[in-house]
Amino acid sequence: MKRSWIPSLITLGVVLFLFAPLVVLVANSFNASRFGGEWEGFTLNWYEKLWAAGEVWESLWITLKIAVSASLAAMVLGTLAAYALHRFRSWLQNVHHTLITLPLVMPDILMGISLLALFVLTGIETGLLTIWIAHVTFCLSFVTMVVLGRLQDFDFTLIDAARDLGATRAMAVKKVLLPLLLPGVLAGGLLAFTLSIDDYVITFFVSGPGTTTLPLRVASMMRTSRSLPMINALSTLLIASTFVLAVLSSRLQRRA
Amino acid sequence: MDDFLVIDHVTKTFGAQRAVDDVSLAVSPGEAFSLLGPSGCGKTTLLRMIAGFERPDRGRILVAGQDITELPPEQRPVNTVFQNYALFPHLNVWENVAFGLRMGRRPREEIRSGVDRMLELVRLAEHARKRPAQLSGGQRQRVAIARALVNRPQVLLLDEPLAALDLKLRQHMLMELNTIHEQVGTTFIYVTHDQGEAMSLSNRIAVMNAGKVEQIDSPEHLYETPRSSFVATFIGDANFFTGKAVEMQHEGYVRVMIEGLGSPLVLSNGVVSSNQMLRLMVRPEKISLTLKRPLSGERVNAFPGVVEDSSYFGSHTRYRIRAGEHLITAQLQRSRFSGGEISPAHGTSVWMSFHPDEGRIVRLEDAA
Ligand SMILES: Nc1ncnc2c1ncn2[C@@H]1O[C@H](COP(=O)(O)OP(=O)(O)OP(=O)(O)O)[C@@H](O)[C@H]1O
Ligand SMILES: [Mg+2]
Repeated sequence: MKRSWIPSLITLGVVLFLFAPLVVLVANSFNASRFGGEWEGFTLNWYEKLWAAGEVWESLWITLKIAVSASLAAMVLGTLAAYALHRFRSWLQNVHHTLITLPLVMPDILMGISLLALFVLTGIETGLLTIWIAHVTFCLSFVTMVVLGRLQDFDFTLIDAARDLGATRAMAVKKVLLPLLLPGVLAGGLLAFTLSIDDYVITFFVSGPGTTTLPLRVASMMRTSRSLPMINALSTLLIASTFVLAVLSSRLQRRA
Repeated sequence: MDDFLVIDHVTKTFGAQRAVDDVSLAVSPGEAFSLLGPSGCGKTTLLRMIAGFERPDRGRILVAGQDITELPPEQRPVNTVFQNYALFPHLNVWENVAFGLRMGRRPREEIRSGVDRMLELVRLAEHARKRPAQLSGGQRQRVAIARALVNRPQVLLLDEPLAALDLKLRQHMLMELNTIHEQVGTTFIYVTHDQGEAMSLSNRIAVMNAGKVEQIDSPEHLYETPRSSFVATFIGDANFFTGKAVEMQHEGYVRVMIEGLGSPLVLSNGVVSSNQMLRLMVRPEKISLTLKRPLSGERVNAFPGVVEDSSYFGSHTRYRIRAGEHLITAQLQRSRFSGGEISPAHGTSVWMSFHPDEGRIVRLEDAA
């Protein structure tokens, strides 16, 4: 077969398209030039500045707190929801299914506005709690969908087998269903975690004073050119940690 | 014979369908008992009710005198070998077998020795650390059996355990099951739609049809004296003739008038009265073929016919013989033709004959 150079060219194009911006960003985070137009020499200056910028780390801390707690809650609720959706068929479950998938297709801006309207109506003060509720809401959908996919492959005669061997219903779930669902639950949780970390639109509507998450912080920093290089440095760190998470997640999914 | 497992008038309906319809049977301790029937006749449903996965609409199930109808599956003294084995994929062979003992909170030492002994019995000791996915079909099958038997159930339920195996392996596992049954002495309830499996494995067989039990008997009795034409055709092959009882004879024989064939003499089984319409069954291998009319006189039933076709099966040859509107199947063990030295070819005129003791009267259910 004759080798063609076209596929390689396309691959190269895609890689360039996807990674060129990142390369520029990473390079600029080490560039002595403030505006990043041209290379003025290597520096760790921006990383030092970033290190000293307390408000950035505070935002990161808030973001991580929300992401961890929201994805944990979504893992528990999403697994329960998926189980209910899979095991029971009724009109109520059909409604349930539609409601669960809604956040997947609804524009973020609509979700943000409607959540804010709800919080205003019920008199809940916007802040950490409202952000957490909002994040659990959309994370739940993703976890449910991932776990539901796992459940569809699950052979429920295994539960019969466990009970036949003397396990109570609860024991069968604990010893057989959960261990086999766990990789799916974790994969869903990881997906929820990454979504929560970088959510801007929804968070924008439901955050309050003193609860500036990292995406919100970065957006506000963008307004002053002084902090642009700092954002580059921060982004480089985020890219590195995202990469680690992605590898971890694909490992999990392969094992599942 | 004391009854150990008792199914007492059990009925189960799914919607409008009676999956199991007023079934009663009793199994003795240590017996190998089969539930045999075509697909959809309710075998699995009956088994699932014994295991506790389905609740009967009516009737009771007893094991060793204890009514277990209301007990959840985990409290019943029975264990199941599932059709697709249902091994736990996240546990290795050893842990799979240990599952039941762990659930029963047995002492650690007892679990270890119990599992090891059981793996020895099914010859899987060297595969103890493997996951089910790394095993062959026959090995998985043996894990499933070990996992059930290690709990020393009073009754072991097996739902078509060999269905997923190929023919050679199936025959091999059949012998292993026989050996295992002899060694552990547990009561086996074996579900299958394969008459060969049921016959070679069981002391007794319940033949089921459309949710009902047609006949419960030993393999020999089912084959030799089927009570209905369903049983006769499901276990082996059969020729059926519809006719009228015309002449009762005092030694327990009856002459049956069959349109277009004659009046053979057969065993009456004591259930026939004169002029009654009935059905006569003759197994293909009970019919002998000769070129000349057999000379054995009155006591042999003989009819002329013409060979329509024959098929050679190695161990036997099958002939289809036309006699008026009847098409009769005969089966010869040797390819050699008993009357002469040749096999009758297509179009040969032959005599078919069978002894009166080889004809069976079966229940007349569909004929007028
Ligand atoms: N959970 C259920 N809901 C509705 N109908 C069912 C259910 N389980 C079984 N049935 C019906 O009951 C009848 C008997 O089913 P069962 O599984 O007992 O048959 P079977 O004898 O085991 O057949 P096979 O040899 O194919 O396994 C079938 O017609 C089946 O469709
Ligand atoms: Mg079945």
